[in-house]
Amino acid sequence: MVTTAAALSCPSCGASITLHALGWAVTVVCATCGAELDALDPKLQILREHGRKLTFTPRIPLGTRGTVRDVPYEVIGCQRVTITVEGTDYSWTEYVCFNPYHGFLYLSEYEGHWNVIEPLREQPQHRAGIGRSAVDARGRRFQHFQTANARTSFALGEFPWELRVGDAVHAADYVSPPYLLSSEGSDYETTWSLGRYTTPAEMAEMFGMPELDQRPNGVFANQPNPHVREAHRIRRVLLPLLLVWLVLLVGTLMLTRKESVFTDSYRFDHALAEANAVVTEPFELKGRPSNVRVNIQTELSNDWAWFALALINESTGESREVGKQVSYYSGVDSDGSWTEGSQRGAVSISEVPAGQYVLRIGPEGGEPTGRTTNYTVTVTRDVPSYAFFIVALFAIVLPAGLAWLPVFGFENRRWLESDHEGPPMALPAGEDDT
Amino acid sequence: MTVPAPHGTSCPNCGAPIRFRWAQAVQTTCDFCKSVLVRTGLDLERVGEQAEFPVTGSPVQLGMEARWGNRSLLVVGRLTYAWARGRWNEWYCRVSDGSSAWLSDAQLDYAITVDVAPGMRLPDPSTLQVGGSVRTDTREYVVTSLTQAQYVGTEGELPFATSDRSLCWFADLRDPAGGFATLDGSESPPLLFSGEYVTWKQLAPTGAREFAGW
Repeated sequence: MVTTAAALSCPSCGASITLHALGWAVTVVCATCGAELDALDPKLQILREHGRKLTFTPRIPLGTRGTVRDVPYEVIGCQRVTITVEGTDYSWTEYVCFNPYHGFLYLSEYEGHWNVIEPLREQPQHRAGIGRSAVDARGRRFQHFQTANARTSFALGEFPWELRVGDAVHAADYVSPPYLLSSEGSDYETTWSLGRYTTPAEMAEMFGMPELDQRPNGVFANQPNPHVREAHRIRRVLLPLLLVWLVLLVGTLMLTRKESVFTDSYRFDHALAEANAVVTEPFELKGRPSNVRVNIQTELSNDWAWFALALINESTGESREVGKQVSYYSGVDSDGSWTEGSQRGAVSISEVPAGQYVLRIGPEGGEPTGRTTNYTVTVTRDVPSYAFFIVALFAIVLPAGLAWLPVFGFENRRWLESDHEGPPMALPAGEDDT
Repeated sequence: MTVPAPHGTSCPNCGAPIRFRWAQAVQTTCDFCKSVLVRTGLDLERVGEQAEFPVTGSPVQLGMEARWGNRSLLVVGRLTYAWARGRWNEWYCRVSDGSSAWLSDAQLDYAITVDVAPGMRLPDPSTLQVGGSVRTDTREYVVTSLTQAQYVGTEGELPFATSDRSLCWFADLRDPAGGFATLDGSESPPLLFSGEYVTWKQLAPTGAREFAGW
């Protein structure tokens, strides 16, 4: 049994320093005076002295242990990393976590958004082509998000690399929520790491710190789009619903009889007024109670007529009364020829039981100058109504369309923080854990 | 004159028994007096004494067994390298199929590689650049790091004698499938060690070092 830790003292201020990642830590920053020390040197040779007080308190104190994917890790280092974009500084916190068998793991936190980051072993491949750049890794395509010079603005504890406050690396971030692929480049090394967006609740659970479970600010680069799941869920039920709609439509078309039960032609003479009323020959309506459609085809031209209709059951005397105006006008003006209205009119009477019926037709009205006109009345039994299907189609398609609005709103806010104008041309995928 | 048992002999310095765990090993270290011994035929020649080992914090140690796919590894030797920003170990392993392999532990990123004879002459690592590509007869790699390093310690059995301690260039190479290789500039033409990254979970070792509190 050996220990990974060594108790030492800071050669700059004399404070005690415990090295946890003994043999792997390259730089250790004294928690008391901020001196940067060579962790590989048994005497902790001073690399640079600061003589400063702590200016930053990490939300996760060094020495805290947490469990990530069933492996315990200890937080041994913390740095603030700052980038400057258009004159404004943005800073986030990075934590170094250590397990003497499993190695190093990193955490990052920006405005309450956390990522758990591990070194990536596979070499990502840059996508050739037009448009913004992207890289492929682990079977996912990552869209370029931001490239910046990231400099260490504060540091505390142990780091498995040579760290100097003030030093910068060239850092590029690529996103495929919930993952964040980052590259850091120098002349002697390029390292890639893969971050996974981790909710404050998950962080609180992993590190046993309920105080970490706080609502983050804004939208982070690789934060999963919370609206995508709902949109994809609606999209997935859209097709079955459309199928049901289609089946109902076809079924209605097949089951409705659309039976022509009566047709006859009559004459409407404006001069005769009331005397125009006619009663048709009796006709029989069969089957279940369903609708009756009365179609009136006229020869009206620059004229109109009101047809008062009464469908009368001969045995019960029950009368169903409806009316329909038919008007048709046409002419020629400076814009060319025009027409208005139609020579045809139709009206439906619903829920008519079977029986023997007559139709009383009372045409009236019309232009004073109008002439006598012929019209043909056709009665059709059990005609499908398409209005229901049109309304239903909207009811199915509209929510699916509307569900994508918050998705795109969220994507716009995500990409607002990037180097790019708006989201890439691709539908955000649903969250998955692969 | 004693007749050595198979792979067994004694230390020419202190007389302690020396037992090779690996028939092809060329060099070993006496457990008792820490003499570094090189095998020449049936005899052992003392070439030096093992220096105080620099701390590396590795959980790997001699005698540790680990899984490598469906094979198993036994750690029989160790080379420790130092470079400007740290140290790492190359652990010499006997593989259950009779071959040998190296387990490296740089910053606790584990990789297993084997010495492969590339079917072509590869470039000297000192001529490469980070981000550049290296094509072997089977794979295309990207150069991810360039390091100048030297041995700072040896332990156990090794397939060669470690007398040369000059700085050499090493290039780490990766491919998109997770393949890993090291181009070792200690010889000309350079040696290619190719293999893959593995995790501690995948290694599932037995007989690793135990750390207090972990």
